[in-house]
Amino acid sequence: MALTLDDVRRVAHLANIAIDDVEAEATLVQLTRVFGLIEQMQAVDVAGIEPMAHAQDMVLRLRPDAVTEEDQRDLFQGIAPEVEAGLYLVPKVIE
Amino acid sequence: MSNATLKELADLLASGACSSVELTQDFLNKISRLNGDLGCFVTVNAERSLAQAGAADAQRAAGRAGPLTGIPLAHKDIFCARDWVTTCGSRMLENFVAPYDAHVVERCNDAGMVTLGKTNMDEFAMGSSNETSYFGPVRNPWKRNAVPGGSSGGSAAAVAARLAPAATGTDTGGSIRQPAALTGICGLKPTYGLVSRYGMIAFASSLDQAGPMARSAEDLGLMLNVMAGHDARDSTSLELPAQDYLRDLARPVTGLRIGLPKEFFASGLAPEVQRAVESAIAEYEKLGAKVVDISLPNMALSVPVYYVLAPAEASSNLSRFDGVRYGHRAAGYSDLSDMYKRTRAEGFGAEVKRRILIGTYVLSHGYYDAYYIRAQKLRRLIAGDFAAAFRQCDVIMGPTSPTTAFGLGEKSADPVQMYLSDIYTIAVNLAGLPGMSIPCGFDSGGLPVGLQIIGNYFAEAQMLNVAHQYQLATDWHQCAPQGIGA
Repeated sequence: MALTLDDVRRVAHLANIAIDDVEAEATLVQLTRVFGLIEQMQAVDVAGIEPMAHAQDMVLRLRPDAVTEEDQRDLFQGIAPEVEAGLYLVPKVIE
Repeated sequence: MSNATLKELADLLASGACSSVELTQDFLNKISRLNGDLGCFVTVNAERSLAQAGAADAQRAAGRAGPLTGIPLAHKDIFCARDWVTTCGSRMLENFVAPYDAHVVERCNDAGMVTLGKTNMDEFAMGSSNETSYFGPVRNPWKRNAVPGGSSGGSAAAVAARLAPAATGTDTGGSIRQPAALTGICGLKPTYGLVSRYGMIAFASSLDQAGPMARSAEDLGLMLNVMAGHDARDSTSLELPAQDYLRDLARPVTGLRIGLPKEFFASGLAPEVQRAVESAIAEYEKLGAKVVDISLPNMALSVPVYYVLAPAEASSNLSRFDGVRYGHRAAGYSDLSDMYKRTRAEGFGAEVKRRILIGTYVLSHGYYDAYYIRAQKLRRLIAGDFAAAFRQCDVIMGPTSPTTAFGLGEKSADPVQMYLSDIYTIAVNLAGLPGMSIPCGFDSGGLPVGLQIIGNYFAEAQMLNVAHQYQLATDWHQCAPQGIGA
């Protein structure tokens, strides 16, 4: 299966990364090489094998449903690009 | 003083022969002399380091010193350290001042260790040469036009150049072991879950693991004693009783069964690397170890499997960098979607974008089963190979990297060539096993070769013992690059 320029633009859109035509062309060349490597996976029969998501078989720990964090909003918002009155500012979404 | 090991420095401080302030100043002087040339550190703050050293001296005077109180170290810039700029090698975080400490940093601080600075790295730990850093390359102290390996290239080069006696690193596909091999130092990637990932900027969460980089196995053990331990803030941090990783150092290796996977010595391995590794194995046989031929039949699949799973996890982890809560935000944009897209296009470098795109693709509708699920199934086969191998042997040995340090720019044009330089390390991360690299010789150009030692789950103390016994019999780990010296 060969990647196309449209695939590159579609995936860049899904990943929220702006990409111009020159970059898309170069990316296509590089990704085609990488997927050439990845395609080696298709040669192996994987019938009946359970997917392995994680190195350790562990269950998520539970903890009492209690407040454990102190309020650090001012500290964390101090490093934000734009805040006002305790809110993160972004461009208007609805006109 | 800067040529001493952690153990020797700890003894110096304990005897009162020098103070932490003097020791820290000594390393800071060396950093200011050599860092412009080597590029190991991206941030140094002498005032803050010396204040920490002063506090360590006061702690000692009050009789409250631990084994590493007052010892300086460097942190890879992937670890958040409160009030320190924490860049992860990226323009995205160029001005990010961490509001909290990573668990690893907290543990080192609590042990009284002194932060010398933050070390250069491949952007978001994605690279094997340190060339993807937004802040420029790191040069290999053994040969200035060669790479130090990556992604923990700054940490490795700093330890090799004696700019720090030890450093922290992280290893997702070989990022501690490969740079350790290429710079002639020791590095340990612990069993997945042993060291907390809290405050360590995430790349591929099911593979990322922090570990120490230093000049001897004993020093790695001293560091691991500080770094390892349960932390409830990382849901994959294992709840294990505290242990002393140095406890088995003195044990002889007589009767140790060393597994040699035939796949580690196949085509693609540089003859000089092979010779050095085989000499190291012969040394172990002299020490009484036995060699067992083993096979890891699915090893060749580890690189393709990794380049599905790691980018998939990365594309999800790195979606948090959107220019809203922290980090870079593009200057001009038309709407919210345009702000995200421009911010991410400007903030991420080429390799990071490439991996996000690969990850987004393999997780997208219609490709998820063919790539992501298939890769997870193959991951189980690869882990199964190790389980079978460890029924025949105690540790596995082989090369860490197929070649010694390659030239700056030599592999940066072709991502696949770069990816293949981690061929011997990646499978270990997929299985979640501990792995380490120790120096075992040089090629004809004077570049160091690394011996990889892979242990079974939680076999860190045994691996450190095995490495230490080799280091008692040989002196490769004591060689310093020319012009670096004490």
